[in-house]
Amino acid sequence: MKELQVSLNQTQKIRLQTALQKLQDLSSKVDHSIVAVADTISVNHEDGFLKGHGTFELGGEVVATVCGVVERVNKLVYIRALRPRYQAERGDIIVGRVVEIVPERWKVEINFSQDAVLMLSSMNMPDGIQAEVRDTFQQDGTLHLQARSRKYGKLEKGQLLTVSPYLVKRSKQHFHHLEELGIDLILGSNGYIWIGEHVEARDNQENPSNQQNDTSNGSYVNLAVPEKTYTALEKRQQICRIANAIRVLSSLGFNMTKEIIMEIVNLSITLNVEIHEMLGAEFYVRVAEKEVERRSSLKMGRG
Amino acid sequence: MGNTKVIAAVYGPRKVQNWGQQINDQALVRCEYRMANFSTGDRVRRPKGDRRTTEISLVIRQTMEACIMTQQMPRTQIDIYVQVLQADGGTRSACINAATLALAAAGIPMRDLVTSCSAGYLNGTPLLDLNYVEDSAGGPDVTLGILPTLDRVTLLQADSKLTMDAFESVMHLATEGCMAVADYIRRLLREHTKQLELRRGV
Repeated sequence: MKELQVSLNQTQKIRLQTALQKLQDLSSKVDHSIVAVADTISVNHEDGFLKGHGTFELGGEVVATVCGVVERVNKLVYIRALRPRYQAERGDIIVGRVVEIVPERWKVEINFSQDAVLMLSSMNMPDGIQAEVRDTFQQDGTLHLQARSRKYGKLEKGQLLTVSPYLVKRSKQHFHHLEELGIDLILGSNGYIWIGEHVEARDNQENPSNQQNDTSNGSYVNLAVPEKTYTALEKRQQICRIANAIRVLSSLGFNMTKEIIMEIVNLSITLNVEIHEMLGAEFYVRVAEKEVERRSSLKMGRG
Repeated sequence: MGNTKVIAAVYGPRKVQNWGQQINDQALVRCEYRMANFSTGDRVRRPKGDRRTTEISLVIRQTMEACIMTQQMPRTQIDIYVQVLQADGGTRSACINAATLALAAAGIPMRDLVTSCSAGYLNGTPLLDLNYVEDSAGGPDVTLGILPTLDRVTLLQADSKLTMDAFESVMHLATEGCMAVADYIRRLLREHTKQLELRRGV
């Protein structure tokens, strides 16, 4: 339903369609595991089953309440919804923005249905906007965060991007340091992605100033950098290049990992595509074709 | 639907903006219906809070609230914005259908899809999905909203009088119309979800 926001010419359209068609052929997913709202899900009644997220019972049958993919884990039947709000889980690494300061705690906006709470007692650092989910209190849905370790803290000198949270897969590594470029990449499970200049995990006795950045349009470049810590032009360009790679991937709806992002970045460099041209129609098609190539080679490797 | 064009947008579940409106055990559903100035044949400037607009907003809100599982999202709010771009009769039902589709695509848990269709009675024949010309002939206009799987009626509105027999046939026709819309919406949603899943890959 949601179409791409770029205008493609006829050949580009056809190329994109064939690429997507190829993707369809490659995926082994069966059609019937996809449900829309109010579809019945077939379950084995004798064995007994547990109803998970996105299901409810109606006249002895299990009915879906969201659109998504049916997943079965032992007896549990649940639906993995696509494009929902961020569903917090304990231990998630997230990127958020401090929106309110109240005594003893900060309210952090994290793309969840509610603002998360970051108690000052659960922080080592005086200012942090990147944290881990400590606990979800189901009864009222409040989310508590903690930022105890060194690796969490305030993010500076970079860009924040917002993508659909379902595109970011939970994995062991969410912090990535791209050594060759000297850039930090943080894929927050809540769909917020941070790209910034690499900083070493540092001691934090310097300045406990609470810096509040006002929201502009979701992605912004922090310009309030003190003069002595000046970000080099090349680094800024690298950041923008990665950011644009992520934007392309997100509007095509492709999954995001460090490897895929880097592949797209390298592709853009080898093709000599300017940073601003990365959001153009031609590059979209190229990325789609590249993804087909990648997935088919993966499949070859497996089978 | 036909020449009627509507866009719908859903925001949320998100934090309740107005603290006083927060409900502690369920979600707050808000709806805003707007008709674009250019949507009808002659350009009319409508003030924001006119009666028709508020009435339709209320109708959409109530029908949507009936199907959203509001208990699952306490202390949140869901905003639905519908905008009529081109009006040719049956805007009410088109708006409801668009809102359902938007809610389902946004991944908001619902008991069922609400689908809606209007029907009328003209010259002794029941008509489905009246357009503007048919509507302005002055015959009765019945808007029906149903939950197709649960087989329940959530909305029934009619203007002008209608005999019992005629009503039966009109109602029957409208129900069939709703079912057809439901089938179409469901197919679309399934296709959409499939595309998303496919592109995401593993």
